[in-house]
Amino acid sequence: MWGFLKRPLVVTADINLHLVALTGMGLLSRLWQLTYPRAVVFDEVYYGQYISFYMKRIFFLDDSGPPFGHMVLALGGYLGGFDGNFLWNRIGAEYTSNVPVWSLRLLPALAGALSVPMAYQIVLELRFSHCAAVGAALLMLIENALITQSRLMLLESVLIFFNLLAVLSYLKFFNCQKLSPFSLSWWFWLTLTGVACSCAVGVKYMGVFTYLLMLVVAAVHAWHLIGDQTLSNVRVFCHLLARAVALLVIPAVLYLLFFYIHLIVLFRSGPHDQIMSSAFQASLEGGLARITQGQPLEVAFGSQVTLRSVFGKPVPCWLHSHQNTYPMIYENGRGSSHQQQVTCYPFKDVNNWWIVKDPRRHQLVVSSPPRPVRHGDMVQLVHGMTARSLNTHDVAAPMSPHSQEVSCYIDYNISMPAQNLWRLEIVNRRSDTEVWKTILSEVRFVHVNTSAVLKLSGAHLPDWGFRQLEIVGEKLSRGYHESTVWNVEEHRYGTSQEQKEREWELNSPVQVDASRNLSFMARFSELQWRMLVLRSDDSEHKYSSSPLEWVTLDTNIAYWLHPRTSAQIHLLGNIVIWVSGSLALAVYTLLFLWYLLRRRRNVHDLPQDAWLRWVLAGALCAGGWAVNYLPFFLMEKTLFLYHYLPALTFQILLLPVVLQHISDHLCRSQLQRSVFGALVVAWYSSACHVSNTLRPLTYGDKSLSPEELKALRWKDSWDILIRKH
Amino acid sequence: MPPATGGGLAESELRPRRGRCGHQAARAAGWDVAATAAARNPKRPARGSRRFETASRWALLALVTLLSFATRFHRLDEPPHICWDETHFGKMGSYYINRTFFFDVHPPLGKMLIGLAGYLSGYDGTFLFQKPGDKYEHHSYMGMRGFCAFLGSWLVPFAYLTVLDLSKSLSAALLTAALLTFDTGCLTLSQYILLDPILMFFIMAAMLSMVKYNSCADRPFSAPWWFWLSLTGVSLAGALGVKFVGLFIILQVGLNTIADLWYLFGDLSLSLVTMGKHVTARVLCLIVLPLALYTATFAVHFMVLSKSGPGDGFFSSAFQARLSGNNLHNASIPEHLAYGSVITVKNLQMAIGYLHSHRHLYPEGIGARQQQVTTYLHKDYNNLWIIKKHNTNSDPLDPSFPVEFVRHGDIIRLEHKETSRNLHSHYHEAPLTRKHYQVTGYGINGTGDSNDFWRIEVVNRKFGNQIKVLRSRIRLIHLVTGCVLGSSGKVLPKWGWEQLEVTCTPYLKETLNSIWNVEDHINPKLPNISLNVLQPSFPEILLESHMVMIWGNNGLKPKDNEFTSKPWHWPINYQGLRFSGVNDTDFRVYLLGNPVVWWLNLLSIALYLLSGSIIAIAMQRGTRVPAEVAGLSQVLLRGGGQVLLGWMLHYFPFFLMGRVLYFHHYFPAMLFSSMLTGILWDTLLRLCAWGLASWPLARGIHVVGILSLLLGTAYSFYLFHPLAYGMVGPLAQDPQSPMAGLRWLDSWEF
Repeated sequence: MWGFLKRPLVVTADINLHLVALTGMGLLSRLWQLTYPRAVVFDEVYYGQYISFYMKRIFFLDDSGPPFGHMVLALGGYLGGFDGNFLWNRIGAEYTSNVPVWSLRLLPALAGALSVPMAYQIVLELRFSHCAAVGAALLMLIENALITQSRLMLLESVLIFFNLLAVLSYLKFFNCQKLSPFSLSWWFWLTLTGVACSCAVGVKYMGVFTYLLMLVVAAVHAWHLIGDQTLSNVRVFCHLLARAVALLVIPAVLYLLFFYIHLIVLFRSGPHDQIMSSAFQASLEGGLARITQGQPLEVAFGSQVTLRSVFGKPVPCWLHSHQNTYPMIYENGRGSSHQQQVTCYPFKDVNNWWIVKDPRRHQLVVSSPPRPVRHGDMVQLVHGMTARSLNTHDVAAPMSPHSQEVSCYIDYNISMPAQNLWRLEIVNRRSDTEVWKTILSEVRFVHVNTSAVLKLSGAHLPDWGFRQLEIVGEKLSRGYHESTVWNVEEHRYGTSQEQKEREWELNSPVQVDASRNLSFMARFSELQWRMLVLRSDDSEHKYSSSPLEWVTLDTNIAYWLHPRTSAQIHLLGNIVIWVSGSLALAVYTLLFLWYLLRRRRNVHDLPQDAWLRWVLAGALCAGGWAVNYLPFFLMEKTLFLYHYLPALTFQILLLPVVLQHISDHLCRSQLQRSVFGALVVAWYSSACHVSNTLRPLTYGDKSLSPEELKALRWKDSWDILIRKH
Repeated sequence: MPPATGGGLAESELRPRRGRCGHQAARAAGWDVAATAAARNPKRPARGSRRFETASRWALLALVTLLSFATRFHRLDEPPHICWDETHFGKMGSYYINRTFFFDVHPPLGKMLIGLAGYLSGYDGTFLFQKPGDKYEHHSYMGMRGFCAFLGSWLVPFAYLTVLDLSKSLSAALLTAALLTFDTGCLTLSQYILLDPILMFFIMAAMLSMVKYNSCADRPFSAPWWFWLSLTGVSLAGALGVKFVGLFIILQVGLNTIADLWYLFGDLSLSLVTMGKHVTARVLCLIVLPLALYTATFAVHFMVLSKSGPGDGFFSSAFQARLSGNNLHNASIPEHLAYGSVITVKNLQMAIGYLHSHRHLYPEGIGARQQQVTTYLHKDYNNLWIIKKHNTNSDPLDPSFPVEFVRHGDIIRLEHKETSRNLHSHYHEAPLTRKHYQVTGYGINGTGDSNDFWRIEVVNRKFGNQIKVLRSRIRLIHLVTGCVLGSSGKVLPKWGWEQLEVTCTPYLKETLNSIWNVEDHINPKLPNISLNVLQPSFPEILLESHMVMIWGNNGLKPKDNEFTSKPWHWPINYQGLRFSGVNDTDFRVYLLGNPVVWWLNLLSIALYLLSGSIIAIAMQRGTRVPAEVAGLSQVLLRGGGQVLLGWMLHYFPFFLMGRVLYFHHYFPAMLFSSMLTGILWDTLLRLCAWGLASWPLARGIHVVGILSLLLGTAYSFYLFHPLAYGMVGPLAQDPQSPMAGLRWLDSWEF
């Protein structure tokens, strides 16, 4: 059988034909009637809005994954000349004529189609037979869930494509390693591994799992290389260095590049600005930048400022006060100071303005030259509209009784003196005499008398506080927490001495002149951090499912229903493939353990090279399944069936490997082998049959009668939509 | 098939006696032979002085133990008030003495031992343990503190012996013992009524016995081998019985056992029969024995706590029927639900509680301004509902009407007894779970609208169409919207008195959150029957209490805007915990690791990873090294590796935990980290001494190095001891404070 490989010309031609045929079939299955349905299907409604943002160059923040995936989709829109004008608000909405549906769906479909020949190549590179390789590709071809997911504007097929590409290029590289290290193709495949890994991570965070798997496999191989004493030390070092550059440095650089492009492309301000820090917002065109341009940089005594909480949870807000006082007695019977309320208010308002006052002087204007406020300076904060100063004292706060109440001081003459001195601490200072800067400085206000820190508690005040957010003085300032940190957002030098004049001044807009730019790394780290910590609170969805339901395909997702007929698209897998995939995995694990234990007792059932192939195939395919599946048990987010698809592709790769192994090593006679082959053919035809039966739900092109739909509901837990007329 | 061993039992019994050692040496080709040679003290004693050496070893151990006990018991009675979590664990000890049932997220062994210690030392369980700072006055608390300190004191000798066994070096063991003795954190944590000293005692005992049984491997099935093996199992049960953190040491022992068995399995001189015996012995001692002991602690727990107490509401109706004083205990109530019955409805999901309503409205802006409906964990009059027919409002208790039972599929109304409002739902979004509908109390004196109608359904219908008290699982389906009554388990804000949200969910997925059972049932027209049938079996109780504990642990979530301790804070000793006192007039105790010890530990981990990988790569490249170095590297890789594994297993899982974390969670890991430091520095100094062998004073390097480390830790303890033994006077920010110069990090607050 292996002699067959030694005749290169014939072999090459053979591979090509297979590949061409498989690619053709893959393209056909994924691209056929791609523009149907011409309506928003399931998560297209979600990704679509980001494509529109890209087209309009508006900044957005999406916590579901790094920007590369969105950019791939947006590329489709760009090539199709999409102008971004579509309201993505409802699943099932008809696309207007300006939406280039075909080109938007093209790239995911291409990625899905190319997965078919790649499966073939991977099994071949694992050194299994052509037959097995073709089997793997054919299974990928007829897997309904993969077809559905590739034909729509969704990211899973792209992720799967890069996962497979990473595995394939690593295998190519690994096979080059023995023959010609440091050759051109060696370098090419090694680099491609790194590139594919970082693309996979860039599409969805889930790609990290495959990346880690590749790193572990590469590390094990590198460890063997270190043990190879025929190589010189220098050569080993070169090998390790090349791997480190290709598998660690290149992915990191590429990942940064994705963000770089993302931030370059999206330069306009948009609906998600609020989540970002003032400095970040000021770097976008329009929005806050329009206001903050031309503000004086250094905050001086007499400056008029708005103070924004850096933490921004539960909502971004500004330090605020208004005429109303705290109620004398709270609902639960505790008393208050009855002084003027201080809150945090999530909207721009004239009551958000504060004046930074020097406690030693009386004037509320900036002197000339301005005297800048520095770290450690004592300040008073005077509320612009009411001219009362920020105060805290040993009275329990309304919602958080363990902290101090913060108020604007009113002198009731009841021997409760004003305690309105605050020490300014600049958290991100470089030196201890640093000047307080607009937007850039993150500051804390430490109360001089009680050493309490001004903090956003996160609680909402009841009706008497207009449901604004509570501000407290935190007595036990246990270390740094963002909820105690503030920054100046809007800023101008106050000029009016009289209160009336000042009120007029506060109501007028700030003047404009220059802009401040943030470095790329600062913007990247802020964006990445916000994406990681942003948590969407909705944890329930009609079609959400738990990982245990995936293996046996106990769940499905209804993607789309024709507005009039009962034609519908479902994410529903080919149950024969799913079940046999899981079986193959179980068989592999048992056989592997059996062989392993027997080898330990010095019984070698398999020849050495067959054993090594068996182990490598298991590490990549069974390992790929495990790393892409098991972590979901630890996740607390809402999970869907499509999260299982990457794991499923690895299972599909394992299936022919196990089948060939059984045929080669466990079937003792030619007769058994033939019988087994016949069984495999029968099994594959049943998979084809299932695939064909489910086809109307995959493509949604045929309207079925209620009886036919009921007949397709093979499991009670499948939710197939039947119209009641 | 493996080669036949032929010899039968007698031979295979004999073989392993030499088997392992010999094989090991052969396998590691030189590295191991050297290990045994080099690992012994370089100053190899002459024959005559061997007895002297043994005696001095014992004396050293005694000294270490004594020092440990002395530091832990010094000023144990201060402060004479409740410190920090003593308020919980002391209280739970009292519960055991009073035999009242309670609920806690940890398994019972630790609290049971505390209760036992209190009982034996004459504490009568009358102290309330209300809040930290309360004075103990005449109540005897020293028994409980003494017990915890006693267990805590053993940590040092255990660590000493473990390191001694792993490194075969007295100086490494001494260094470890000094680090732990002089660590203010370990000291503080051992001095109070807490679970941690008990937990750490069992963890270290398990580690020690595991190491000991590993070193008995050349004499399998001998008496010491059995002894240490079963002692490992006992300690594992103890560790798990105190806190679920015990799972980490179980994991470590498990990994060690797998590696051990794998190694034995590859030894072809052992027959499969012998292998089977090895496996069986481990299964018996490390799985069966701990499980049995662990279950036994629960059996004792349930036996001792036989009275109803504050924890009842967390458990199912059947569970509560066991507790004397609970209204379900030996109760007799009507069996089948009939119209006019007054009932309480309990959610089947753990710790959701009873369907509840009260005279407070949903606040403005949150759905319709109607009466709140919640679930509540405690028994209360507001949990009572009257079950009525949907279309008649006549009093079904009127004796002239015949009794009519409620059946599966009936349309009913539930009227809240105290406020006479009907259970109601409508198309408004629920307060927290936006995709569900709001559930309210609506109507006046039982007259409402069609949104008050619910279809009652029995799940599975095991007991026919009638609805049995306690045993039928029912669902309530809202007639108009078709949604199911359920509780989301989310805590409402202050306006809802922090009770749990009740919603009507349009998703008909069957979860326990939307299934209920009827618990109390009052209907004078029906005959009462006794409820003895309910008694759940022991496995059921065990399972249920575990589910509730896991739920409780998951429920301890930190809130936004709250300062919480993060795992990365811990090894750098970023922030301590206030045990007692805040102001400068208070007696203050502050749980903080001795920074010198902790930062040395941190440095050692980095250094270990560096030196370990250099050695591993050198070995993999097949570099030839002299025997002495090879031996030391073996100690570093094997012994150090085992301890490093322990550190990782006791530290990294915390990064994955969603629950609230505290600084003291790091202490088990810190024990392993200190052992690593001991092994690392001893080995590195020996390697140094060897490297400079040409230099006349080379031997001295090792001695001087170890001595300076010992003295350094002792001196730092002298500086920082007020943290543990308590300080009064100005805070450390104040330059007049004796601790003024010692506030090395701004985040420390003493």
